[in-house]
Amino acid sequence: MLPAMRRFSTAAKYTLPDLPYDVGALEPAISAEIMTIHHAKHHNTYVTNLNAALDKYADAEAKRDVAAMVALQGAIKFNGGGHVNHSIFWTNLAPTASGGGDASHAPSVVGMIEKQWGSLDAFKTSFNAQTAAIQGSGWGWLGYDAASSSLKVATCANQDPLSMCGLVPLLGIDVWEHAYYLQYKNVRPDYLKAVWSVVNWKNVEERLAHAKPK
Amino acid sequence: MSKVVLASLIVAGASALQMPTSRAASSRVSPVADAAAKLGRRGMLAGVASALIAAPALAEYTLPDLPYDYEALEPYIDAATMRFHHDKHHATYVANVNKALEGKPAKSILELQKDAISAGGAVRNSGGGHYNHALFWEEMGPATGKGPTGALAAKIDEAFGSFDKFKEEFSAKSAGRFGSGWCWLGVKPDGKLAIDTTPNQDNPLMDGGCETKMVPILGLDVWEHAYYLKYQNRRPEYISSWFNVVNWEKVAFNYEKYASKGQGVPF
Repeated sequence: MLPAMRRFSTAAKYTLPDLPYDVGALEPAISAEIMTIHHAKHHNTYVTNLNAALDKYADAEAKRDVAAMVALQGAIKFNGGGHVNHSIFWTNLAPTASGGGDASHAPSVVGMIEKQWGSLDAFKTSFNAQTAAIQGSGWGWLGYDAASSSLKVATCANQDPLSMCGLVPLLGIDVWEHAYYLQYKNVRPDYLKAVWSVVNWKNVEERLAHAKPK
Repeated sequence: MSKVVLASLIVAGASALQMPTSRAASSRVSPVADAAAKLGRRGMLAGVASALIAAPALAEYTLPDLPYDYEALEPYIDAATMRFHHDKHHATYVANVNKALEGKPAKSILELQKDAISAGGAVRNSGGGHYNHALFWEEMGPATGKGPTGALAAKIDEAFGSFDKFKEEFSAKSAGRFGSGWCWLGVKPDGKLAIDTTPNQDNPLMDGGCETKMVPILGLDVWEHAYYLKYQNRRPEYISSWFNVVNWEKVAFNYEKYASKGQGVPF
């Protein structure tokens, strides 16, 4: 095989997905100011830095510089995880006018939640407590565990994607301070209470349907 | 003499020496509890007890006052950030570490750091948070335009080549700490200076806390709450602004009095 054919393709640039709604559409739960900066700055930076890291990785691969490849793993994990997580997050939220906050759009998910936690409220309380308790930056997740065919609540540090825990992400709540600080300051629990009013249960239901074996 | 009576005498004596403070809002528990927390530092004081007071829980830490007004670090660090950072974030760390240690023997907040990671939980997160922020307020001050001088300046040149090169490396590492954490300038066991970062509220005083074993003399908080209100995602801008409010006189003092001798800066 010619060496040129072994080059990693640099064509796969990642791009920032558009928000599926206006920046102000999730108010009052999440302010327009936060949505603007969160999407156009934070997520955009993850995309930019992911592409840059992958370019460098391609060069390292071409040079067969394994040490350099290893050194880039951190940047790919941080920024790639950031891109994956935020791409899910925007679809996990919806304006109340479009069904945000309305769990009747997710009968299968709610059915499993009620079986496992007793009630939707009990689940939210547990989810919020675990997510509020994350030290520093991270995410709270509702995930699907294929091995046990059940739902699980998990927390991840920084931008570690939920897949690292062997779960399929259904619903993620970003609790990096940038996700809520301008509006809620240090009171993370208030943000967690409010965010449920804009959870896109339709999307959570779709993700579960996709995750379950056919 | 019973421990309780002795403790009360010491506390009454220490209380008598308490200087009233008029600075930014602090949630001082009480002069008694505060004095008790400083027990280790003040040592045994043979004060005359004016009244016998029941010995307080010795594990109470208190939120230190800011050494300046909330606005004093403007325009580099805004007053709103100073208010929330000190009055809410740091205050919560103090409350939580006190809660975690209720009834347990007292250690100074400095002594608490060494085993904080093995203690885990609130001792690590909030005990670390309390120490880190106590150092943070003390090492900053209104902008003077002055850089390091004396022995510390020489050590900086020795380790990094120049003050500018030190700032470059410190800035790069601060920007590169992913997620929440701190960037530190510290003194290694061999006496040389080094820069390294830690996640969340860990610090180099903790066993296992930092890849570089060192006594910190300067720390930069890169948790988003430290800069978000003014800088949002622009952490590098925050970092370069912050250099303007480093109180190098205080940092040099702490270097000379404590860190150069391998001792942590006490609070």
